[in-house]
Amino acid sequence: MSILRIPDMALVVLVGASGSGKSTFARTHFPSTAVLSSDTFRGMVADDENDQSATQPAFEALHFVAGKRLDAGRVTVIDATNVQQSSRAPLVALARAHDVLPVAIVLDLPEAVCQARNVERPDRDFGPHVIRRQRADLRRSLRGLAREGFRRVHVLRSVEEVEAARIEIEPLLNDKREERGPFDVIGDVHGCRIELEQLLGELGYTITRDGADRAIGAHHPEGRRTVFVGDLVDRGPDTPGVLRLAMGMVAAGDAFCVSGNHEQKLVRSLSGRKVQVTHGLAESLAQLGEQDEEFRKQALEFCDGLIAHYVLDGGSLVVAHAGLPERFHGRASSRVRSFALYGDTTGETDEYGLPIRYPWANEYRGRATVVYGHTPVPEAEWINNTICLDTGAVFGGALTALRYPEREIVSVDAQQVWYEPARPLVPDAPSPREPDVLDIADVTGKRIVTAQHHGNVTVTAEQSAAALEVMSRFAVDPRWLVYLPPTMAPTATSTLPGVLEHPQEAFGGFRDAGVQEVVCEEKHMGSRAVVLVCKESGARRFGIDGGGVVVTRTGRPFFGSELTGELLDGVRAAVTAAGLWDELATDWLLLDAELLPWSAKAGGLIREQYAAVGAAAQVGLGAADGVLAAAAARGVDVGELAAGIRTRVDAATAFRAAYRRYCWPTDGLRGVQLAPFQVLAAEGAAFHTRPHSWHIALADRLVEADPVLFKRTATVVVDTTDERSTAAATAWWDELTGAGGEGMVVKPMTNLTRGARGGLVQPGVKVRGREYLRIIYGPDYTAPSNLDRLRARKLGTKRSLALREYALGIEALDRLARDEPLWRVHECVFAVLALESQPVDPRL
Amino acid sequence: MLLTLTTTAEPATDLGFLLHKHPDRVQAFPVSAGTAHVFYPQADPDTCTAALMLDVDPVALVRGRQGNDGFTLGRYVNDRPYVAGSMLAVAIGSVFSSAMKGRCTARPELVDTPIPLTVHLPTLPCPGDGSMIERLFAPLGWTVESTAVPLDPEFPEWGDSRYRDTTLTGVLRLADALTHLYVLIPALDGSKHYWIGPDEVEKLLRVAAGWLPGHPEKELISRRYLAHRRSFVRSALERLAEADDTAVEAIDNAVVDPEQDEQDEQPERREPLAVLRRGSVLAVLRAAGARRVLDLGCGGGALLRDLLGDPSFTEIVGVDVSSTALALAERRLHLDRMSEHKRARLTLRQSALTYVDGSLAGFDAAVLMEVIEHVDEERLPALERSVFGAAQPATVVVTTPNVEHNVRYETLEPGRFRHTDHRFEWTRAQFGEWASGVAERNGYAVRYVPVGPDDPEVGPPTQMAVFSR
Repeated sequence: MSILRIPDMALVVLVGASGSGKSTFARTHFPSTAVLSSDTFRGMVADDENDQSATQPAFEALHFVAGKRLDAGRVTVIDATNVQQSSRAPLVALARAHDVLPVAIVLDLPEAVCQARNVERPDRDFGPHVIRRQRADLRRSLRGLAREGFRRVHVLRSVEEVEAARIEIEPLLNDKREERGPFDVIGDVHGCRIELEQLLGELGYTITRDGADRAIGAHHPEGRRTVFVGDLVDRGPDTPGVLRLAMGMVAAGDAFCVSGNHEQKLVRSLSGRKVQVTHGLAESLAQLGEQDEEFRKQALEFCDGLIAHYVLDGGSLVVAHAGLPERFHGRASSRVRSFALYGDTTGETDEYGLPIRYPWANEYRGRATVVYGHTPVPEAEWINNTICLDTGAVFGGALTALRYPEREIVSVDAQQVWYEPARPLVPDAPSPREPDVLDIADVTGKRIVTAQHHGNVTVTAEQSAAALEVMSRFAVDPRWLVYLPPTMAPTATSTLPGVLEHPQEAFGGFRDAGVQEVVCEEKHMGSRAVVLVCKESGARRFGIDGGGVVVTRTGRPFFGSELTGELLDGVRAAVTAAGLWDELATDWLLLDAELLPWSAKAGGLIREQYAAVGAAAQVGLGAADGVLAAAAARGVDVGELAAGIRTRVDAATAFRAAYRRYCWPTDGLRGVQLAPFQVLAAEGAAFHTRPHSWHIALADRLVEADPVLFKRTATVVVDTTDERSTAAATAWWDELTGAGGEGMVVKPMTNLTRGARGGLVQPGVKVRGREYLRIIYGPDYTAPSNLDRLRARKLGTKRSLALREYALGIEALDRLARDEPLWRVHECVFAVLALESQPVDPRL
Repeated sequence: MLLTLTTTAEPATDLGFLLHKHPDRVQAFPVSAGTAHVFYPQADPDTCTAALMLDVDPVALVRGRQGNDGFTLGRYVNDRPYVAGSMLAVAIGSVFSSAMKGRCTARPELVDTPIPLTVHLPTLPCPGDGSMIERLFAPLGWTVESTAVPLDPEFPEWGDSRYRDTTLTGVLRLADALTHLYVLIPALDGSKHYWIGPDEVEKLLRVAAGWLPGHPEKELISRRYLAHRRSFVRSALERLAEADDTAVEAIDNAVVDPEQDEQDEQPERREPLAVLRRGSVLAVLRAAGARRVLDLGCGGGALLRDLLGDPSFTEIVGVDVSSTALALAERRLHLDRMSEHKRARLTLRQSALTYVDGSLAGFDAAVLMEVIEHVDEERLPALERSVFGAAQPATVVVTTPNVEHNVRYETLEPGRFRHTDHRFEWTRAQFGEWASGVAERNGYAVRYVPVGPDDPEVGPPTQMAVFSR
């Protein structure tokens, strides 16, 4: 039995004459979906598998499908004769274009076997000369297959060999996904042995030494392992010492090492090829010259055997010397290797004559953390989940390590400037920090956002399109817009007479979901506001030198910049007075609040919609009442009609009273109040797992600090299993809404809560007052005939939407707390806005 | 919801015969919007008043439309049950159809006799200052008396509503009077025709065939029908506006509705400037030898049309953030029946200039015609990045209003911008400061070209910067 090894993701090209048994072979060894047969594609495009005139379109379709499979990294088998170089060349090109390895399996069976098999097949009516010609082509090709670019060539020469063959898919050399860490990734060492030993010490490794007191290995007591990003050699004072230590660690399984461009050049030089002895190569050659022949040989072998990049920890960590875009992760081709070693350049050079690097990391949107070196930076800094650890140790900077998965930076300063840099390590004029760049591809089209607490949330292309318009034309800078509040579902519809919503159903609903303790928060009728306030400036955290923002549910600013500034001054002063900056160890704070009065923002809507309807109702119904009275006076029987109109006149009066309660004049900020009810996030923390009692207590302290600007939110804590407790809360709600209040929101006290079946429980449901609902359902909604029909409302869509938006909101906050790239936060915020464009009954 | 019709012709109670409704009875008629009631508050030989009261079922109103209408709050809290709007007109047509056709077997001689009539409409919606009521009814022989209903007496600062308590008097044939009401009430009402079916709109206009052609405001009347025959399916934007307690007009304003364009009070002021502006942009593009051109913020596609007209522009991409704008451009340019060759030169796509869009890179030129003033000043660096930093066309043409010139517009209140969505309007110095900064930061050279008459004192109405690298 012979084993044919196929590298993972490979494009397997079968080569063999008609009748050599390619299809049978493919069927035997590969899943049918992995096999693309030219016959099948001929059939697909021309209804006849043997229609040679359809060959070209058939191959175009086949290449297209193969490309899609290779994009996804799936082993793909091409079942066609492929006996001519001209038919194989596009397949090799296809493999290269997808950075996978092309492999050939040649079925070089005797002509008699092929001829005999073809005779048995009635659809193959071509003469024997065809197979003869194909075999001649094949034999001519055999020798050149490797040169054509096939990285493995397996040749099977007899029926027995074919039958005995077994296929084994083997992982690529860069595939270390089974290595789970933890790791300490170390930046460019460049012969700085002293600093390396120091850094390993800092990281907790114990260094082992040989008789000559030379470091030959390092082991971490907790089994942590080192990953070197390459460029161990050149420029520095002790390249052999660094190599000896690294080689020892790699051999003992204490370290992995990827190749740097300097190792590559050293290998070529040591192997006797002509290279320019520049950029510190001379130092390495001199130092190695002092070592014995055996060490030089080992060093050469070590450097020559280094892999250009590793994929570690189940695919979550990628280490490559010069970084690597996602499409190259785990792939194998010369351009992948070249990128990993040398990076990409724009083709331009800077004032020091050094090539300008293409900023691939700015565009990086991949899932894996990418760690690299190669280009000295003053400080290791995260860019879109990638980080460069080359802090120029050899140039007098520091040697830096990243502890993974902890994401902690550990570094030791260089002892001295070991080598003069061509370009100053710290530029004279600090280049302004690259602004976080959002790409249109981050938000448009159909998108699936993974929210940790809820799974995948889908946003349709139409929803994104609507959100894009609002986001880009009206919303504040996305760097400020780190959160949008979710919509909230009302309580289940009440069956009690005269009301549509009642606390009873809310308490019952939470009880049924397994929530015992809930908090009822007074609902202020205003406009939802998200307040981001900075202690001094948002420059450090948000990249904007400003005091913060106060935005609406769709991310629009409430006020112009002057009033916003004034409002934020008030908030800032209260936060300071309440001592929250220190307590939460932060220099910014994100608050969820209601901004009052409603008329401050919704003035136009109130006038054009509510007041207008009220005016029309009162005048129209009043006139009707008058003519009906006149008709009645002359003895016409209008009794029922007149009574109906009088009820409606009262309803119109009540309607006007309902909206008037939420309107009062404001002048600038005079009359404007904020009622905060949740502290959403601060530096490094999101607070959706803190109980609501904590949130309300903090809010109360802000009210205490500035009772004019801040409005208190009254609360009642309820045990949903205790009838007295729910009755007391119901009485409270009756009082609240009887006095014209909007109603209340009932929330699980523990905040983020999972139900019995593991799904999220509604983060809150609103229970709105009878009078308030007139503004929503119209003046006459309380008429029994209307109410009965309105009770048929369906809450499913609204409840599902509320949960999805809630999950996206806290996902945004979690990502913000983890200091993830802007696009990752923005993706969630954008999705909340997009979902808001979903059609849902707006009365809910 | 209410209409009263009074006559003092003797005997006034003949009104009952004309209307085919007995003065001593209360009658109810099912109509599409609910129930219409007819009764007589007064029926004396010298004065007789008939009342038509339409009882609109607000819940059914909403439910009937759910299938194809989407959800917006405006449908639930709405004035339809209370005003004399298109639904009342439809009720007139249904309840008084014989009278409107001039049929009266009992008193055939009355049909062609003009009689003194008073019509009272307590809540007649009307745009603006109410003068439109006069303009529509007076030419038909009515005397109009009308007062505005205040929005809310408790908030006098809110001003008047768009409803007017209106009384019409005249000596007319009853059939004519009814057709006048039937046609002109919905014309005044304006915005809300989507409450009634499109076929009913056709019917309304057909009824007026006798007098509409001679009416001095016939164009206004027809236009107000057409302008508001909007699609039943409202936009996703409407729902986003609602989430924000905002009127949809405040955000869905990327392009002016073509019909509203025509309604513009002074189109003559804006039109020629827009033409001049497009001419200048085209001249600059030709001078730069641009062949592949981006129209960033293409709106309804006016510039795209000009670009398509010149074959030297081989590839034209119209970009806008508004789907409404792109749909309008598609319609106005008649993409569906454009020749294949011409069509191949044009692409329309949605994108936002505050995001980097890789597919916009590599063009000869980009035009931002009257676009930057629609972007918040704080967001201009993002626009700069995406256009000048990422897309990097060889030439960039930017036009924007010159605010200094605003004093030359007599109808523009001092301190007001030319468009409600303008976030700023710059002086020449402000524009120059921005443009030179952009040029310096991104490796472009910039020059300025006036568009429109270059007023010696306040400069041209439009200023243009041409960047090249």
